[in-house]
Amino acid sequence: MWPIIQIETFKIFKRPRTYIAFGAIAALILVIQMGLKIDGESYAAFLMKDINNTLIVDGKVLNGYLICYILLQLLLVHVPLLVALIAADMISGEANLGTLRLLLTTPYSRTQWVLAKFIAASFYTILLLIWLAFLALFLSMWIFGTDDLFLMKSNYVVLIEGQDVFWRYVGAFVFASFSLLTVTALGFLMSSLANNSIGPIVATISAIVFFTILSTLNIPLFSAIKPYLFTTHMNNWKEFFDIKVTESNEAITGSILNVAKIKNSIIVLVVHIILFVSASVWIVRKKDILS
Amino acid sequence: MSVIKVHELSKNFGSLQAVNALSFEVQAGEVFGFLGQNGSGKSTTIRMLLSLIYPSSGSIELFDMPLQANRNKIAERVGAIIERPDLYPYLTAKEHLQLFAKLSKQKISKEQIEKTLVQVGLSSRSADKVNTFSLGMKQRLGIAIALVHNPDLIILDEPTNGLDPQGIADIRHLIQDLAKQEGKTVLVSSHLLSEIEQVASQILIIHQGKKVAMGPTQTLLDPNKAIIHIVTQHDEQALSILGISKYAQNIMQRKDGIYLSIATSEIPVLHQFIVAANIPLMSFELKRSLEDYFLQITSMQ
Repeated sequence: MWPIIQIETFKIFKRPRTYIAFGAIAALILVIQMGLKIDGESYAAFLMKDINNTLIVDGKVLNGYLICYILLQLLLVHVPLLVALIAADMISGEANLGTLRLLLTTPYSRTQWVLAKFIAASFYTILLLIWLAFLALFLSMWIFGTDDLFLMKSNYVVLIEGQDVFWRYVGAFVFASFSLLTVTALGFLMSSLANNSIGPIVATISAIVFFTILSTLNIPLFSAIKPYLFTTHMNNWKEFFDIKVTESNEAITGSILNVAKIKNSIIVLVVHIILFVSASVWIVRKKDILS
Repeated sequence: MSVIKVHELSKNFGSLQAVNALSFEVQAGEVFGFLGQNGSGKSTTIRMLLSLIYPSSGSIELFDMPLQANRNKIAERVGAIIERPDLYPYLTAKEHLQLFAKLSKQKISKEQIEKTLVQVGLSSRSADKVNTFSLGMKQRLGIAIALVHNPDLIILDEPTNGLDPQGIADIRHLIQDLAKQEGKTVLVSSHLLSEIEQVASQILIIHQGKKVAMGPTQTLLDPNKAIIHIVTQHDEQALSILGISKYAQNIMQRKDGIYLSIATSEIPVLHQFIVAANIPLMSFELKRSLEDYFLQITSMQ
């Protein structure tokens, strides 16, 4: 199966569309970084204005770690849309182009083709995430330096020592890879159902928006299904930045407040990935190639 | 040796019967012409031969192996183009051949790729992206993809679509060379009898998913042969009588009656034979030649 994974990856990176996502992420991050570099102090002052009377924060609040957190909060909501551009086009795009029938006359089974395409799309997703990590974390660290990470949550603040932050980002990016692979798998499923490029992309984005709304609505009717929706769990990378504290309210270095929640979210996301990909394989195996 | 054996093959799309109980065999080394108008079921049949479409009923054997159970093994020995030459616009001609050579599970040298490009007349454009190609050039590249892994069976669905007269002649010579010089088996479909008759040693004519005539090209196009259309009150009885007669060949029952081919000199004898068998004959009509018959049933030129 290795040759077809190589070929699928080669095809992804031969298409101009692939680079739109990389370009869009770079443009967004660089613009935000530039803005914060020029006018970051007033932004930090704005963030701190409510707590300046009750808390004195030493050091550099607006450092690379905080910039990365801000960027991830902004971008990890939108990156799925960029992932959908490629993933939701993997099968239907070939059907639309008419090349799917060429591929399916080669000595590889349909299951092998679907899995190879999913692996190639996943590779693209991971690469996009690495690109995001490089720009959002490493570039921010280089431009803004590092210090303790000071986060303001809805009703509490978190202060994480500088030396205790980097591994949390590694964890957050690994977690985000599961979230984005779930989107890849969803896009893939939509792609297996259609013979045109646009429909599955729009359907994937719509599904993400729809389930995100269900996940955020606090209506009792939806409470029973919310724990099983992938959108409920996609943003739980933030759990890496909630730490345990001692009875005297001192942060415990290297701790995560709710490890079980992260584990549970990963399990839910992995189950979704398996379900979506299995359904794609089943659909492609069954269907007549008429395109 | 039969390279293709199709038995009672049918395909339904909902209430539409695209292919209806089609049976035929293609022998090794022959050029088999698959003729029928657009929408007659040719492409559906070809897609079933390539396992792109699953049959509703019937069986397909390629290289004496059931297709369904040996699909990947069989695919290594088959090269095909299916209808339009759909390719990747962002890849060059050479990249296409390299890609499909890699997919063939065979070791294909750079020389073989170059040779294939020369064979279809694309060597001078090998480094150009496909989005700069004309339809004819795409068609040539499609044929090159079908040939690059040196397959034993080549299936060409309407290979001359979009080609200019010179291109059509080139493809015709290529098909003849593949069979005569390289011993390949070629199944070539077209909606033009004139195209098929020049290359094929056997012809199968299909209409509305059903076989309407099949046999050696020379026999089917023999001016001394004719097609007879018979309408009786008891077709089943007529079919059994005709089945034992030594005159009639390629007997087929259709909605509008029975069709058969016969030597023109034996037409009166056949007529007497039917009358003598007491079959209530409503109509006994001579269709002069296969071409007339083909044109009539397919309403085409």
